[in-house]
Amino acid sequence: MVCDAIISSALGPWPLALTPRYEFKLMTGIYIHIPFCKTKCPYCDFYSFTPSDTQKDSYLKAVLLCLSSYKDKVKDGVDTLYFGGGTPSYFGGERIKKVIEYVRENYNLTDAEITVECNPSSVDEELVRCLSEAGVNRISMGMQSAVDNERKALGRSSDRRQVENAIRLFKAHGIDNISLDLMLGVPYQTRESLKESLDFIISQNVKHISAYMLKIEEGTPYAEMSLPLPDEDEVCELYLYTSDYLEARGFEHYEISNFALKSFESRHNLKYWHTEEYIGIGPSAHSFFGGERFYYPRDFASFLENHAPVPDGKGGDEEEYVMLALRLKEGLTEKGFYERFGKSIPTEISERAKNFEKSGLLTVTEKGISLTKKGFLLSNNIIAELLY
Amino acid sequence: MAKKKENIRNFSIIAHIDHGKSTLADRLLELTDSVAKRDMSAQILDDMDLERERGITIKAHAVKLDYKAADGEIYELNLIDTPGHVDFNYEVSRSLAACEGAILIIDASQGIEAQTLANTYLALDHDLELVPVINKIDLPAAEPDRVAAEVEEIIGLDCTEAPRVSAKTGENVEAVLEKIVRDIPAPSDCDDNAPLKALIFDSVYDNYKGVIVYVRVMQGTLKAGETMKMMATGAEFNVVEVGYMRATGLEKCDQLSAGEVGYITASIKTVRDAKVGDTVTKLENQASSPLPGYRKVNPMVFCGVYPADGADYEALRDALEKLQLNDASLSYEPETSGALGFGFRCGFLGLLHLEIIQERLEREYNLDLVTTVPSVVYKIHLTDGEIVEIDNPTNYPDQAKIDYCEEPITNAHIYAPSDYVGTIMDLCQDRRGVFKDMKYITTDRVDIHYELPLNEIIYDFFDALKSRTRGYASFDYEIFEYRRSSMQKVDVLLNGDVIDALSFIIHTEKAMSRARKIAEKLKEHIPRQMFEIPIQVAIGSKVIARETVKAMRKDVLAKCYGGDITRKKKLLEKQKEGKKRMRQFGTVEVPQEAFMAVLKLDDTQ
Repeated sequence: MVCDAIISSALGPWPLALTPRYEFKLMTGIYIHIPFCKTKCPYCDFYSFTPSDTQKDSYLKAVLLCLSSYKDKVKDGVDTLYFGGGTPSYFGGERIKKVIEYVRENYNLTDAEITVECNPSSVDEELVRCLSEAGVNRISMGMQSAVDNERKALGRSSDRRQVENAIRLFKAHGIDNISLDLMLGVPYQTRESLKESLDFIISQNVKHISAYMLKIEEGTPYAEMSLPLPDEDEVCELYLYTSDYLEARGFEHYEISNFALKSFESRHNLKYWHTEEYIGIGPSAHSFFGGERFYYPRDFASFLENHAPVPDGKGGDEEEYVMLALRLKEGLTEKGFYERFGKSIPTEISERAKNFEKSGLLTVTEKGISLTKKGFLLSNNIIAELLY
Repeated sequence: MAKKKENIRNFSIIAHIDHGKSTLADRLLELTDSVAKRDMSAQILDDMDLERERGITIKAHAVKLDYKAADGEIYELNLIDTPGHVDFNYEVSRSLAACEGAILIIDASQGIEAQTLANTYLALDHDLELVPVINKIDLPAAEPDRVAAEVEEIIGLDCTEAPRVSAKTGENVEAVLEKIVRDIPAPSDCDDNAPLKALIFDSVYDNYKGVIVYVRVMQGTLKAGETMKMMATGAEFNVVEVGYMRATGLEKCDQLSAGEVGYITASIKTVRDAKVGDTVTKLENQASSPLPGYRKVNPMVFCGVYPADGADYEALRDALEKLQLNDASLSYEPETSGALGFGFRCGFLGLLHLEIIQERLEREYNLDLVTTVPSVVYKIHLTDGEIVEIDNPTNYPDQAKIDYCEEPITNAHIYAPSDYVGTIMDLCQDRRGVFKDMKYITTDRVDIHYELPLNEIIYDFFDALKSRTRGYASFDYEIFEYRRSSMQKVDVLLNGDVIDALSFIIHTEKAMSRARKIAEKLKEHIPRQMFEIPIQVAIGSKVIARETVKAMRKDVLAKCYGGDITRKKKLLEKQKEGKKRMRQFGTVEVPQEAFMAVLKLDDTQ
């Protein structure tokens, strides 16, 4: 299998050759993509479809088979396991449990963060019990909005009572590290309606919030519709408002779209932003493992047939590292960069950064470079300017 | 062998654009067996792609045809195809001066148009015998009787015997040849023994032979090995070869003699040494005076031409150099713009000439160009009495030093169906036109005569006229004087910096509205950037219009797509590519579209 080739070559002398000082922590994250949804939301361009039970079963087998191909290559174990989608909860508690058990049996999975994304409408007692027994200790729930007409426009079938019930169930079974997804800039959203959603979130005592600005993706139904969307300036205000609101309530705005109470940051997602390694299983899942980036194509049948992943080049170079680090509040640190590359942040980057400092888009200190909230909003542009 | 000079016929074909000049020429070539049928591509004389596409002749061409007439005699017909546009009036006049007669083609459905008349007058100025031919009789809308009556009434040409033909189908074209032989006179006063006088009516550059000079020998003879002299420039050359232009190529001959049309090669390096209208004589036995009518052609319209990618500067210079080899009326000199970098200030005969050159540069030389607003030549009278000619806003003197300014004014004739009189007059009025008179050519067609400033014409006038008359109007102009006028230089500032390439000279009355439109256009086309960009349009230090491009607020990938870093990386790379297409104007980046939108602004809409 090509996959073997990529990894075995990479596990040889590679880390030394590329980066003399840095050795990857060989604790790996595993992402498992569940490409299933009961219905497709009109804004979503993630890979998913409505499966039959047979398809769910064949998928379970394929996931386990795929996982088996990595077990000898992961040295020190797995410290984050993440089920994303699609709708993992729609895959079924038992199947998720089997995957977790497999990982536990074949990898060293101690002290790991195990997250499952859930749709409130597919959460029931049975699912929660299964997940709890399996050792799931973090839930990420796609609420998107607590306001009915916004949820309807987003194609979310559940209402906020279902969100409340789901959260109560998880907590009753001992899972209280819960994250809620909130969308900004959705149709009909105003400052007032956003406050309503935020008030609701706070009332639920969750530990983590992901607040994503809606992006209209080509090929989705949203791209074809004329929607009553707030304009660019309004979306920016909504974003800044959200940040202020949550910070005032003890949350740290630790990444462009993520907020957490102290020490409740998503450990799995931090791997992405720290340019650490992870294995992605499932169609459309991306991996950065053994220094290589590769992915499984958006093709369910091909995944079931156990086809090799598609190579996507070397990963972890300076450019990538800078680009990802700047998504975080802590930003691009001298310390991090030195540990990784054995040198200081290139002076041309710091020099260019100073131009943005005047406009209040970032801060440059001896510790490093980090974007402000206003800078987060312009991060694509700023990062491109800093790099090129 | 002494040729029968009475069997020579030198003629050209004149017509309005699209009335079928080149198609008729093709038929004449076919009928005289000058080209094999299988070699006929449509319109053989228009050999530039651009000429075929635009349906206009840009360069003059000439061809010698042998025709056995009904009377049994063999005639030597020299067809001189003239450029068909007002920008090239001087070239047309030189071609006509080489002829004794002209075929006047009139479209059987459209009747007389602007250039039908303009060319007719030119031909009459040269005392040419005119042979009217009514073409396109195959069209369903053809009304040959009506058109014949129109020609008789307006031009005063007897059309009772005018051949009615279809150059497209070939119907009755033979009759045209017979008319040429019968009605067009043979060259007169052509004495082979007199000192040589040959009129240059065109010259083309050939990679192997150097410049090929097309001439009509008025008197005297010329052979290879003799030394010729250009009377206007004084340049002397040793004649390498003389001959005739055949449809299939050049045909060498021993000697060109009086009355004939032919070519000369003499290792001439540039067409500038063989100027259209100049007289060729021999070093020995020189003619005492040149042929009348030579004029130095001056460019009337100027604009900056810049490569869109600065790296193409050398390529642009090479291309201009090559084009100039064949086009003595194109001028260029290096120019630098703060906004556009290195480029050239180019001079053209008119707007069409400009467009043709621009298109040839882009097409034949594969260059991506940015051109600045075209300018005419202003005569500026300074307070100290000095007069300066300005064709570039950058060189416009300080307003305080200017006593007054003069601009070129044209006599413009617009021919159109009478339904459009109102809209045309509105347009001309808006373009500072002074109404002179209006004649009804027929009951439903008019000739509207205006005095229009050239600077208004070069600014989108053709397009505006076309769109307002659904293409039915035709237009012709010539410059006749410089007139005192209130002009101003207007600057565009982005983020406080003057963008030199966007400066322009405009009449005071129109400055305000143009300024507003430009500010709006720029605002529309400049994407939001990291900072707020004030757009100001100013005369001197006085701002007359302003807009603001608000600072960009949001450009972010909210989600990281399950670890798909490649996608994000690609996005950044795209951003980098996008930056390349922008032009850095001071601190502001402006996409080329924005620049073009301002340059193409039609402010009467």
